[in-house]
Amino acid sequence: MNAAGFPLLSLLTFLPLAGAAIIMSVRGDDEVVARNARWTALWTSLIVFLLSLILWARFDTASAAFQFEEKLDWLPEFGVGYHMGVDGISVLFVLLSTALTPLCILASWESVTSRVREYMVAFLVLETMMVGMFCALDFIVFYVFFEAVLIPMFLIIGVWGGARRVYAAFKFFLYTLLGSVLMLLAILYLWYNAGTTDIPALFQYQVPRAAQAWIFFAFFASFAVKVPMWPVHTWLPDAHVEAPTAGSVILAGVLLKMGAYGFLRFTLPLLPEASATFAPLIFALSVIAVVYTSLVALAQEDMKKLIAYSSVAHMGIVTIGIFTFNQQGLSGALFTMLAHGVVSGALFLCVGVLYDRVHSREIMRYGGVAKIMPAYALVFMLFTMASIGLPGLANFVGEFLVIVGAWRVNPWVAFGAALGMILGAGYMLYLYRRVSFGKITREDLKALLDLSPREYVVFAPLIVLTLWMGIYPQPFLSFFEASVAALVARHEAALNLSRLAGM
Amino acid sequence: MSWTLALPELVLGCSGLVLLLAGVIPKTETFFPITMGAIGALLLTAVLVLGQGEGTALGGHYVADSFSGFMKILSLGAAAIALLVSLDFNEKEGLARFEFPVLVVFASLGAMLMISANDLMSLYLGLELLSLPLYVIAAFNRDNARSAEAGLKYFVLGALASGLLLYGSSLVYGFAGTTNFDRLADAFSASQDASPGVVVGVVFVIAGLAFKVSAVPFHMWTPDVYEGAPTPVTAYFASAPKVAAIALLARVLLGPFGDLAAQWQQVILLVSIGSMILGSFAAIGQSNLKRLMAYSSIGHVGYALMGLAVSSDIGLRGLLVYMAIYVFMNMGSFAVLVAMRRQGRAVERIEDLAGLGRTDPTMALWMAVFMFSMAGIPPLAGFFGKLYVFLAAVQGGYWTLAVIGVLTSVVSAYYYLRIVKVMYFDEAVGALDRAPASLTIVMAGTGLFTLFFCLWPAPMLAAAQAAAAALLG
Repeated sequence: MNAAGFPLLSLLTFLPLAGAAIIMSVRGDDEVVARNARWTALWTSLIVFLLSLILWARFDTASAAFQFEEKLDWLPEFGVGYHMGVDGISVLFVLLSTALTPLCILASWESVTSRVREYMVAFLVLETMMVGMFCALDFIVFYVFFEAVLIPMFLIIGVWGGARRVYAAFKFFLYTLLGSVLMLLAILYLWYNAGTTDIPALFQYQVPRAAQAWIFFAFFASFAVKVPMWPVHTWLPDAHVEAPTAGSVILAGVLLKMGAYGFLRFTLPLLPEASATFAPLIFALSVIAVVYTSLVALAQEDMKKLIAYSSVAHMGIVTIGIFTFNQQGLSGALFTMLAHGVVSGALFLCVGVLYDRVHSREIMRYGGVAKIMPAYALVFMLFTMASIGLPGLANFVGEFLVIVGAWRVNPWVAFGAALGMILGAGYMLYLYRRVSFGKITREDLKALLDLSPREYVVFAPLIVLTLWMGIYPQPFLSFFEASVAALVARHEAALNLSRLAGM
Repeated sequence: MSWTLALPELVLGCSGLVLLLAGVIPKTETFFPITMGAIGALLLTAVLVLGQGEGTALGGHYVADSFSGFMKILSLGAAAIALLVSLDFNEKEGLARFEFPVLVVFASLGAMLMISANDLMSLYLGLELLSLPLYVIAAFNRDNARSAEAGLKYFVLGALASGLLLYGSSLVYGFAGTTNFDRLADAFSASQDASPGVVVGVVFVIAGLAFKVSAVPFHMWTPDVYEGAPTPVTAYFASAPKVAAIALLARVLLGPFGDLAAQWQQVILLVSIGSMILGSFAAIGQSNLKRLMAYSSIGHVGYALMGLAVSSDIGLRGLLVYMAIYVFMNMGSFAVLVAMRRQGRAVERIEDLAGLGRTDPTMALWMAVFMFSMAGIPPLAGFFGKLYVFLAAVQGGYWTLAVIGVLTSVVSAYYYLRIVKVMYFDEAVGALDRAPASLTIVMAGTGLFTLFFCLWPAPMLAAAQAAAAALLG
């Protein structure tokens, strides 16, 4: 039995599906169905969030082991089982997913008016897939959730998206599918050779050296697309621009973390030698991503596209952190992932606030918003500063740790990451200046209303989190300390072993 | 008496005759009762197959084992669903003639004989018994030029394939001196090298059967026949005869020619790769749903044959699971195709599905489930079908095959997604008519299977495992 005394993780994973089933069963005229769907979705996701707080309270931060484990037979003769559990690396992502979903549902309260029922169902199904993916401790179960995310996301972009939604939805789906199927072959190889797909059991299995490089690139194909790393990031700006606001929030907040999580969960522990061998490649791609996409972001005319490119840059810092293989780098990467999840999600919500009112994402369309919507401008500024990495706000801690970790490996990589932070300040401040300050050139902007109570409710938790993570990061860092230490120790042991074998 | 082993076939054959009589005698049109009777006979036969013993009968021409049981139940089930699907369609299209269910019953009998064949002679007889009713029902809408064309085309090319098969069989007989599968196996295991005559014979047999499963390069008839034949007939074509022909191919290649694996493996490999590639690329440009499904079925056969190309028990298991899941997905999507009517007229273009997500959410949901499943997206059943054949390919070290397989599955995802896109992203051009109850049942049944297969895959895997073990001994 696990620490909660009941199958908590399965409940967190599948409760949203129950909510979706309730929504599907509602009959009546459109208005009633829509209202019902909104409230049911909100309550379901809130209950899931409250339940997930048990994880926060009961998780033993001193232990690196998997906790809240659940095991059921699925295909016993094949060594495949339904195995759920969280450790320090995954637990906070479960919380991030459960926390962002109710906010997304609130954020779409008024902006989504067509097919509300299907929209809410898609979001709840998406939540199931995200939570399930972070909890899965069986490779096949993981893959099922990892891929299944595509279905609701494809529909969310395609049905409720912008003008080029069809193109963006197809690109998103096929791009990520192409990467994932190559990973599937690698999973099958491991399954066949290790005789199991249970992740803790696979950690005991030593992948033959000759196969490591192949498997590394198969995993890389999948995770790099998800992260996304340069040069396979091109689906992201399209998907972000066309997705509805809440879709962008989930995409930036959680879905991008799936790739980095994959690197942490699978590539590093299973393929220590290949990871060490190809770390320079990852560094190179990441530094290019950080610098190049930051420059691209500077030139954007579309707010969402700008933030999308900034996401690629931030995720580049994350991948640098992961492949430093030291405590600071890995902790920094994890912290940056969380912080980016909160901050970029909030930034997309900020864009959404303007988009709901003016129906334009073009930067030139705005100007002087601070005079008309002072409260909004303050909130927007807070998250802009957080994205830049201002000390005292969420991103700073993570990025600082990554740079420290990278310095220990290679000062030039640290220099690249730092350069990204400087450029980040450039494009974010430039964006903020053009939107919020200056003369009000358009008459229709003068009629804009400031944040509504609902929007305050959406932003409040994100503001609290951003400040909390920036000012007192220790509670968050303490979650992954033990797991990261274990990961680093195992990685070094494996490298030493192979070094000895090589002599 | 050894004939009791063949009880299911005897029962089905007799019921076919009884149904024929029952259809002829009354003066009124008896389509509905005869169809119901035929479905009943098919299901009864399936139950009998479940209780069937194992062994050979009828002078070694007939074999019953778990493999034949698995495949027979699959093809009988597919035939029963196809009849259920045809009920409403045939009434509305003026095809409600009792000969239709009777022909399907006889075709199913042929399929069962094929699956149980243990001799090149009974193989040929079963194949012809399957094919002749198929030629007729392809042209069942006889006043329609396209349907007649489909029937004729299928007949001419089918006759050619039968000729190839017969020629191959005679070569094998000439060089090995027997037509019985068991003795052929003995003969080939004794001799070290296969004589060129036998190899040519095996290749001809493969060609004949590849025609029946519509694998590349013997697929040319498929799109035209699928498009021209009445939709329920297409649904039947795409399932039961395929299952039977795949079963036969597996039995022939792994049984009597099992020791010649080195000779035929490359042929199957190329056929599999060709089918996967053609099935995924050629379907992209299609605008007619039935043609699209034809190419999609060619692709699916390619994946299934991947399991055979590996020629191991795991590969065979993958093939069986794949075919079983394919039958469900395929029947479900054809139920949607059959249900597509606008103001009473059957429509079959992809654009006709536009806006289905709004006008008929339930049907759109099932169709989306089938499409995502065929594309192989978890957690739907189609993913697990692909998983097991890919596992077999990886296990056997056939990396090229596996990589081509996953890449073509991404390409094929494009056109399955296009159908989802048309249903959900496009504006409605006018609602389709409400689907009749019989089709809704088929959609819901196969749809639920496709959705929830992941929860409880163990029984089917165990059955497939047992079937594979029976064939490989």
